[in-house]
Order: sequence, then C-alpha cells, then structure tokens
Amino acid sequence: MEISTGFEAGRLTVYLSGELDHHEARRAMLRIDELLDEYMPRDCALNLSGLRFMDSSGIAVIIRVSRRMQILGGRAWIEDPARQPQRVIDAAGIDRLVPIAMNR
Amino acid sequence: MKEFNYIKLEFPSHSSNEGFARAAAAAFASQLDPTMEELGDLRTAVSEAVTNAIVHAYPDSIGRISLRMRILDGCTVEISVRDWGRGIEDVEKAMTPLYTSGGEERSGMGFTIMESFMDKLRVRSVPGGGTTVTMRKLISPRAKRL
Repeated sequence: MEISTGFEAGRLTVYLSGELDHHEARRAMLRIDELLDEYMPRDCALNLSGLRFMDSSGIAVIIRVSRRMQILGGRAWIEDPARQPQRVIDAAGIDRLVPIAMNR
Repeated sequence: MKEFNYIKLEFPSHSSNEGFARAAAAAFASQLDPTMEELGDLRTAVSEAVTNAIVHAYPDSIGRISLRMRILDGCTVEISVRDWGRGIEDVEKAMTPLYTSGGEERSGMGFTIMESFMDKLRVRSVPGGGTTVTMRKLISPRAKRL
C-alpha cells in the first residue's frame, strides 16, 4: 500500500492506494499519525480512489483518523472511494460517523 | 450438495499471508466467472476470516491456518477457514457489530462484513481447540446476467 499527500489551505488530503488490510493497517495508522502531527490540518480528507482493496482493517484506520481530527477540533471525511472500499464502508455503516464526498 | 471442485491450502499465521489467501481464493473462484463485485465480496470475506485467525486464534504465537474451498452444484462457493488456536468463548458476543478484543487496529466489523457479503455464515469454536468459519455464496450464472 502507498500513501501520498496533498496540502492546501489547511486541508490535508491523504491518498491511500493499493491494498489496505490488517497487515498494512498498523503502518498506515503510524504514517497518518505522523502526517497529522506534521501538518496540524484543519480538515483531513482520506482519498480512497486508488484503493484496490480494503477490509475492516481499513474501517479501523478511517475511524482512528476521524477521532484524531475531532480531538484536534477539525473535520475528517472519506473522498471518492473506489467500488470495493465503498461496499465495505456501506456494510460497516460508518457513513453515519464519517461523511463521504464524491468529487468525481 | 454435489462437490464439483475443491482446494485445500495451509499456511502459518503470518499477516503477510492475508494477501496470499484472498488472491488464492479469487483465483479459484474465477472458474465460475463471477462479476467483479462477487469476486470483491469473496476476497473481502476471506481476508476477514483469515485475519481473525491470525489476530485472535494465535495472539502470541504463529500457528497453522487452513483454507478450504469447494464449488458445490456448479455455482456455489463454500469457503472454510480453520485454525487450531485459542477458540472463542462466546461466539454470539464475538459476532456483535463493533465488539472487538483486538485493540485499536481492529474495528469489530469483521463478522458483520462476512455476513453482509456472503449468503451463509457458520462459526464453530471450541475454547482452547480452535475455530472453523464456513461461508457460502451463490455466484450468479452468467446467462442470467445478460
């Protein structure tokens, strides 16, 4: 799995690509923690358009980012999820906790 | 149900095998010509079941995990993930959405996702003796999709 970023006007966009499973989740969490500490963003978008696969480990990553942004007084949301991650997000029902933005 | 084809795989509970297990499951199921969505659902369910075995059955050690897949009646995929680890004391509680004993990198949604993506799910567990998760999914025949 690959993580890249964009930062503009207080908004950090974290692009996750490849496969996000339990094996990759810890590394992803640590990397995103570092990015939040480094940028101290007002908002954080998790862009999942390049994510080929995600299971419930990805849900844990999303919930963690959402909680951390709440503590920082900011907002977090999911952006443009690819089809398979979208099905996992729907099944887990986390769209009630973390908004989903479709920009495509 | 008549068995048309099967595979049996066994691997140690290294988390690097999660990706291998779901890729192997997808490769075996592809003979039924599933849709992208059906294939994604199978890969996700296998990933959840294998991850549960890695995280919960063998929390402090490396143990063995077996993945068995069968094709029944020519259009149903059956997947069994078995371990010989710690077992689950209370299966009903373990299957409750958001319940987890696995720490912050687990969301407690694994069984919910398996139930949602597969047609049937059965969990058998013996505390101290291991767990077997068996799931079935009907793959829509291609002719009906046209």
